[in-house]
Amino acid sequence: MLRDARLVAAKDLRIEWSSKVLTAQVLPFGFLVLILFGFGISPERIVQGKDGRSVLEDVSPALFWLAVLFSALLALGRSFAIEADDGNLDALQLAGLEPAGVFLGKTAAVAVELAVLEVVVGSGALLLYGATIRHWLLLIVVLVTTTLALSGAGILYAALGAGLRVRDTLVPLLVLPVLAPVLLGATRATEAALFGAAADGWSWAGFLGAFSLLYLGAGILLFGALLEES
Amino acid sequence: MPNPSKISNDDPAAVSGRDHVASGTDAPIVQLQEAVSLIGQFPALAGVNLVVGPGEVVLIRGPNGAGKSTLLRLCSGLASLTSGAGRILGHDISDRAGRRAVRREVGLLGHATSLYDELTVEQNIRFWVGANRSDETMVEPVMHRFGLDGRLRSVRVAGLSAGQRRRTAMAIVVCRRPSLWLLDEPHSGLDEDGRTLVDDLVVQAAQSGATVLIASHEVDRVSELAARTVVIAGGRVHTGEQLGDSTDAS
Amino acid sequence: MTADQIADGSSSGLSVEDRAPGYKAPILSTGSEATRVIGVIALLSTAAMLAFGLLISPPDLFQGDSVRLFYLHVPVAIVALYLAFTITLIGSVIHLVNGSTFWDLLAGAAAEVGVVFLGLTLVTGMLWGRPTWGSYWEWDPRLTSTAVSFVLYLGYLAVRKLDMDPAARSRRAAVLGIVGFANTIIVKYSVSWWRSLHQGSTLKPLDSQIEGLMMFSFALGLVSMLSIFAWLVMHRFRLAWLQHRVDAHRLEAALLERRSEGEAGIAKSGLAPGGA
Repeated sequence: MLRDARLVAAKDLRIEWSSKVLTAQVLPFGFLVLILFGFGISPERIVQGKDGRSVLEDVSPALFWLAVLFSALLALGRSFAIEADDGNLDALQLAGLEPAGVFLGKTAAVAVELAVLEVVVGSGALLLYGATIRHWLLLIVVLVTTTLALSGAGILYAALGAGLRVRDTLVPLLVLPVLAPVLLGATRATEAALFGAAADGWSWAGFLGAFSLLYLGAGILLFGALLEES
Repeated sequence: MPNPSKISNDDPAAVSGRDHVASGTDAPIVQLQEAVSLIGQFPALAGVNLVVGPGEVVLIRGPNGAGKSTLLRLCSGLASLTSGAGRILGHDISDRAGRRAVRREVGLLGHATSLYDELTVEQNIRFWVGANRSDETMVEPVMHRFGLDGRLRSVRVAGLSAGQRRRTAMAIVVCRRPSLWLLDEPHSGLDEDGRTLVDDLVVQAAQSGATVLIASHEVDRVSELAARTVVIAGGRVHTGEQLGDSTDAS
Repeated sequence: MTADQIADGSSSGLSVEDRAPGYKAPILSTGSEATRVIGVIALLSTAAMLAFGLLISPPDLFQGDSVRLFYLHVPVAIVALYLAFTITLIGSVIHLVNGSTFWDLLAGAAAEVGVVFLGLTLVTGMLWGRPTWGSYWEWDPRLTSTAVSFVLYLGYLAVRKLDMDPAARSRRAAVLGIVGFANTIIVKYSVSWWRSLHQGSTLKPLDSQIEGLMMFSFALGLVSMLSIFAWLVMHRFRLAWLQHRVDAHRLEAALLERRSEGEAGIAKSGLAPGGA
């Protein structure tokens, strides 16, 4: 299982490295979303009783994770688009790769891509929205657990649309409600890491960790039923 | 049926099967009874009866849309059996575990080449050889044999011609050393050199004791290779005439 | 029709009734003795609920007349969230384990009716919120998590309608039916946790004293919604089952057509035996 996972992850990352879709398209998209949020929310307005933070700074964790979430949809779609063109899903089945291995491999590849995306878009968010980090350790744990949760649950649900012409419209409808709790938890925990009250943040980080474990387990068990074409 | 003792495996790039005949039984490799297979709601195969023995080379011909490709997909364990019975390589393909077992032992060369456009020829071959758990030492000789070891080695697949793509796909199938070869229009898009390569492959596969099904419109060319022709139309097998003595030559 | 007969038909796929000489086409109907009984119960209990809920029971001490909405709202929510999607969960698990068509179709029927009930839950909840909270929508944990679950199961229905291999589609839907259920629970807990951390306690529905007549109206509502749900699911399931059987008949016809097309093709193209 782990051997197959390594193989698939290396292949996906090599394709990503060679095609540069992440750096050339998904990263700029994430940035664009950050800037557009700025247009929508007036940066000057001050929230009352919130330590003098501007509205934009106050909601910056939510905006950051929304930007990551939308970019993650692109990365997830890409993960299955590369398999769909030329009968590759069939060939993966003929190879007899373990479905759990394919799931873990694809999840790992997307997780690496998302991690890069989070660092870059996160730096952008700190710059653009003027937030500062108070609890580094909490933030790093939140980034890791959220990345696993997004990629594990994301790959499992994105596979529901694998090989279909309606993939691009179906997958967001399926993935977004599932990831709603992740968005919630990640936002609250990041708020704690930026603005204080780390205790709250740690319990949300625990929630995110449990969520990602649950979906990694579900993916390992159920991915085979999804890949089978007939 | 070829005698196992006559097989020669001198050439490392030669197509050699994995003890295809070691089991020593003459149980059919392909055994379909009234096999029905659907594409969506459409019965692409409408009750196929077909028995292919070990070591046979069979030409499958028929008009467009006759069900040739679906028949090969069914034999590969990819398409599912809606009704009827089927055993491929001894595995019952009416259940999923059986189909999964079949998939690992066949070599399907279909219309799709299942290559990743963004990767080079060598990266593609190495990935699939790893995924298929094929013998890594075969990669170099096989690439040489298919003319993929020169400049093409590090060319991205997106930049290949249709014929070069097929050569790459063929190289991958050869590395799998399948017990059952399923070739869907194997000559299409290839130059004369490549077509000869396909013919050699079939001959060697048969010599090593593997079984080969070839769906093709190039009747004259393939008839030379195949001992038997099966005509399929409307999702059924219509004749299984014997063109040569395939079963009792020894 | 019993579950056994149904399972029988699905396992053989193509088999339909023997066409004996005296064969008469059955009248295809989704109704049965059971659905008629349940239908009558549904009508009577709904009428009784309306009478008790709207006229006989007294207004609430704190909420006034808006409390009457609960006789509808709470049963609808219970049926949708606890019954419908549990059936979908069970059907999905059984379908994944043994490929049963019966459970696959039942899971789909329950989810379809469940989504309608969930929609009703949202609408009645919002109608109740307007006089109580002063706005149709509050970020109340129940309302929010119900809205997310609603979208989640809309996705499930979208997967069931995909244009793809029916067996593969049923399996994908089953995976969604299982993970979707787990996710409904996660959404519910995360959202209420979010609200409890974020602001003080939210309004609790039904926090006032429930007296006898109110309780009775509520019980009537529960009976009414349960029987309506059962009635709808049974009809929906039978419809899906009949469609499944029609598909089997149609396949038979398609097979004959495909075979004759082959014979015509052979004759025309000269591929007849010996022609090569």
